Amino acid sequence: MPAPATLLATTADGHLLVLSIVVPVAGVLLSFVLSERYVRQIALAVMPVGAAIAMAILLALPRGDGFIVYLLGAWSPPLGVALRADGLSAVMLAATAIIICAVGVYAAADSPPAAGSRRVPFAFWVLLMAIWAALNTIFVGGDLFTLYVALELLTFAAVPLVSLEGRADTLRAALRYLLFALVGSVFYLMGTALLYGLYGTLDILLLSHRVSAEPGVLIAAALMTSGLLAKTALFPLHLWLPPAHAGAPAAASAILSGLVVKGSFFILLRLWFDVLLALPGFAAAQILATLGAGAIVVGSIVALRQDRLKLLVAYSTLAQIGYLFLLFPLALDGQGRLDTGPALAGGLIQAISHATAKAAMFMAVGSIYAGLGHDRITGIGGTARALPLSVMTFALAGFALMGLQPGGASLAKELLLLETARTGQWWWAGALQFGGMFTAAYVLLVLVHALSPPDQPVALAARPRRGSDLAALALALCSLLLGLLPWQPYLPIPYALESKLFGVESLVKSLITVLGGTALAILLSPWPHPLVGTMAWKDLARVLGPFRRAGLGLGGLVERGDRVLRQWPVAGICMLAVTVLLAASMFGAD
Amino acid sequence: MSIATAFEIMLAAVLLGLGIWTIVVRETFSATVGFVAYGLLVALIWVRLDAADVALTEAAIGGGLSGVLLLGAAARLRDAEPMAEAAPGKLLRATAAALSVLTTATLAGTVLLLPDPAPSLAPASVANAWATGLSNPVTNVLMAFRAMDTMLEKVVLVLAIVGVWSLAPDSAWGGRPGPRHRADPYGVLAFLARLLSPVGIVVGIYVFWTGANHPGGAFQGGAILASMWLLATMAGLADAPPVSSRPLRLILVAGSGLFLIVGLAGLLFGAAFLSYAPALAKPLILGIEVAMVLTIATTLGLLLSGAPERSAEPWAP
Repeated sequence: MPAPATLLATTADGHLLVLSIVVPVAGVLLSFVLSERYVRQIALAVMPVGAAIAMAILLALPRGDGFIVYLLGAWSPPLGVALRADGLSAVMLAATAIIICAVGVYAAADSPPAAGSRRVPFAFWVLLMAIWAALNTIFVGGDLFTLYVALELLTFAAVPLVSLEGRADTLRAALRYLLFALVGSVFYLMGTALLYGLYGTLDILLLSHRVSAEPGVLIAAALMTSGLLAKTALFPLHLWLPPAHAGAPAAASAILSGLVVKGSFFILLRLWFDVLLALPGFAAAQILATLGAGAIVVGSIVALRQDRLKLLVAYSTLAQIGYLFLLFPLALDGQGRLDTGPALAGGLIQAISHATAKAAMFMAVGSIYAGLGHDRITGIGGTARALPLSVMTFALAGFALMGLQPGGASLAKELLLLETARTGQWWWAGALQFGGMFTAAYVLLVLVHALSPPDQPVALAARPRRGSDLAALALALCSLLLGLLPWQPYLPIPYALESKLFGVESLVKSLITVLGGTALAILLSPWPHPLVGTMAWKDLARVLGPFRRAGLGLGGLVERGDRVLRQWPVAGICMLAVTVLLAASMFGAD
Repeated sequence: MSIATAFEIMLAAVLLGLGIWTIVVRETFSATVGFVAYGLLVALIWVRLDAADVALTEAAIGGGLSGVLLLGAAARLRDAEPMAEAAPGKLLRATAAALSVLTTATLAGTVLLLPDPAPSLAPASVANAWATGLSNPVTNVLMAFRAMDTMLEKVVLVLAIVGVWSLAPDSAWGGRPGPRHRADPYGVLAFLARLLSPVGIVVGIYVFWTGANHPGGAFQGGAILASMWLLATMAGLADAPPVSSRPLRLILVAGSGLFLIVGLAGLLFGAAFLSYAPALAKPLILGIEVAMVLTIATTLGLLLSGAPERSAEPWAP
C-alpha cells in the first residue's frame, strides 16, 4: 500500500471518478423531468458515455501507480470526502458498465416492454441509471458514510424494480426486501457511528492506519458485517432474495441478481481488507465461509427442487453468493490476519463471473418465459429447438458458472484452490469442488429438460426478439471468456497460473465437475427425467432407487428448513445471532 | 442531584416505557400514537444533548411526518387487523428477547467505552467556516465539506418518489396522488388549516433561513412547509398536482439538479467538483438551499400523499 500522503491528494485523471457518478445521476434527473417520452433515449445515451468513462478509468489506473484519487470540493479527509479507485474498483466499474449496457440493449429491444404501460418503462430506465450511479459510488467511495449513502441509493433504486409488475405477490416481495434491507442499513450505520466515535474519521485510508483491535471496533465490525450480510442475502439472512429476484421482470432480475447484491459484498471486502486489517480475522473468516458453505448446500438443493426456472435461478444466486464468502479464510496470512492476495483476486473474479453469467441466465429465462408463456421446468421440452439462442445463452452462462475453461469461475476456483493449499485449509477445497458440482447439477437439469423432445409441439406465445437474445448471448460469452483477460495490472494474481488454463489436468477437472453434477441432479431433483421411459433408465433407476429416495428425503428436509428460515421471526433471530456470533468469535480470538 | 439531572432521568425512563409500550400494545392505532410521542421525546433528548439541528429534524420527521404516514396506514389496515398472522411460539419469542437484550446491553456497554472527550471534527468544521461565510457548522458540513453525501441523499428523495409512484395502477399513471380529501369548508379542520398554514409557512421559511448561522436548515424548514401543505390538502383547501406535471417534476429535481450544476461548474472553472469560490460561496449555497427547501417540502408532501390514483382532471366542487 502506498504511503498515505500520496493518497490524500487528487491525482491526474481523478475527475474520471467524479464523472463515473455524475453521468448516471444526471441521466436520472434529466429523465425524471423530461418524463416518459424521452426516458429510453436518455438511458441509451448515458450508457455509452458511462461505459467509456469506466474504460478510461481502467486504462488510466496502471498509468497512475495503480490508484486514482479525487478530493471532493478540494477538501482533504478527514474533514472532506475523497473518492479513490484501486484495481478492485476499476474492474468492478468495467464489469458493471458492461452488464448495464447489455441489460439496457436487452430491455430496449424488448419494445414495447409492457404494452400500454408508460409507468413500467419510466420506472425501469430511471432506476437502472440510479443503480449504476449507486454502484459506481460504492466502488470509488473512500469514506464509510459516503458508502452508506450509496447503499441507500442502491436499495431505494432496487426495491421498486421488484414490484414493477404490480401484482400482489411482487408487492409483498418488494416490501420484504425493503424492510430487511433497512434493518441491514441500520446495523451498518450503527457500526459507522461507533467507528466515528472512536477515531473521529470515516475516511477508509485514515481509519486503516488508526484502527486497532479494541472492543468498540470489534462490536462495530460485527454490526457492519451482519448488516451487509443482510443486504447481500448470505444464508441464513436470505428471506427476501428468492421472491424478489424471481418476481421482478427479467431485465430487472438480471440487474438485481447480477449486480445489486455485489454492491454490499464489495463494501464488505472494503471493510475487511482496507479498514479492519488490524483485527483478528481468523474466527470471523471461518464463520463467514461456514455460512457460505451452508448457502451453497441449501441454495443448490432447494434450487434443484424448484419447478419454476426463475425460482431455480434465484436460488442459484443464493448458492453463488455463498461461494463468494469462501474467499475470507483463504485470504488469511500466517498471523491470522486478512491479506490482499490471490484469494481476494479469486473472490472478485468469481463475483464478476457470477454477475455476467447470472444476468445472462435471467435474461435467457426471461426470453423462454416470454416465448412459452410459462417457465415450469417440466414443460420446457423442445425449447432448444424453438428458442435455440435462449437455451444456448443459458448453457454458456451455466458452463461459465460451473467453472469450465476458460470461464472466470474456473480462474477464480484455481486461485482459491491455490490458497487452500498454501494456508493448509483443505476442508474449504471440498466446499469449492462441491460448489462447482452443485452448479453443474442445476444447469444440467435445466439443459436436459430443454433439450428433450416435447410432449406436444411447442407453440410460441411470442416470437423471440433477436436483439434481446443477442445481448444476453454476448454477456454469457463474456463470462465464459473472463479467464483469458489480463487481470494482473489490477488484481494480485500469480503469473504462473495462466499457463495451467488449458491441458489434460483441467479437462479431467471439468469432467469430474460435470459427472458429479449429473449424479447430484439425479439424486436430488424430484422431477421425472425426460428419458424415464427408456430401458437404460429403468436399469439405472433400479440400482439408484434407494440412494435417490434418501436424496429426495434429504432434499425435502432442507427445503422445509429453508421455509422456516425465511419466516420473519426466524430471520430476525438469525440476524441478531450472526451479529452476536461474529462479535463473540472476535472477542474470543482477541 | 440537580433538577436537570432528575429531569433527564425521568425523560429517559418515560422514553423507555413508551418504547416498550409501543412494541407491546396490540392495536396498530395505539402503537402509532405511542410512536409519535416517542419521536417528540427523542427530540427533547437531542435538545438536552445540545444537538438542536438533530432535534428539529427528529421532531419534524420522526414525530410529525412519519406519524401522519403511520396513522394513514393504520387507518387503512383497520379492517384487515383480525387477519394478522399468528404470533410466533414461546421459544421463538424467548430467543428473540434474549438476543435483543444481549445486543442492546453490548451496544450500551460499547457506547460507555467510547473515548471521552470524543475525537471530533467539529473544531475543524468551525475553523474552516471562512470558506463558506456561513457560521452554522452543521450547514457547512452538509453543504461544503460533505456536499457529495447531501447531493446523493437528495437523489435518494427522487428515487423514493419514483418508488412510490411506481405503485400506481397503469390506468392512473400521470394522475393525482392519494385520495381527494373533502372536509366541511366551515368545519374545525378547514378553520385550523386557514389559521395555521400562514403561521407555519413563515416558521418554515424562518427555520430554513436561520440555518445559515443557527440551528435549522433546508430539511427542517422543508418538513414544516410540507406539513402545512398536507394540512391544507387534508382540509380540502388544496389538491395534490398530477404527477405528470412538468413544473412539479422540475421542483422535485431542483435541489439535486442545482447542486449537480454548481458542482460541475466547480469541476470546470473552480478548484474541484462541489467546490465554491470563497467570494461566491455564500450566495451559491443559499441558492442551492432555496431549491432544496422547495424540493424537500414537495417531496415529503408527495411521499405522504402516496401513489397516483385519480385522473389528472381538476376536481370541481
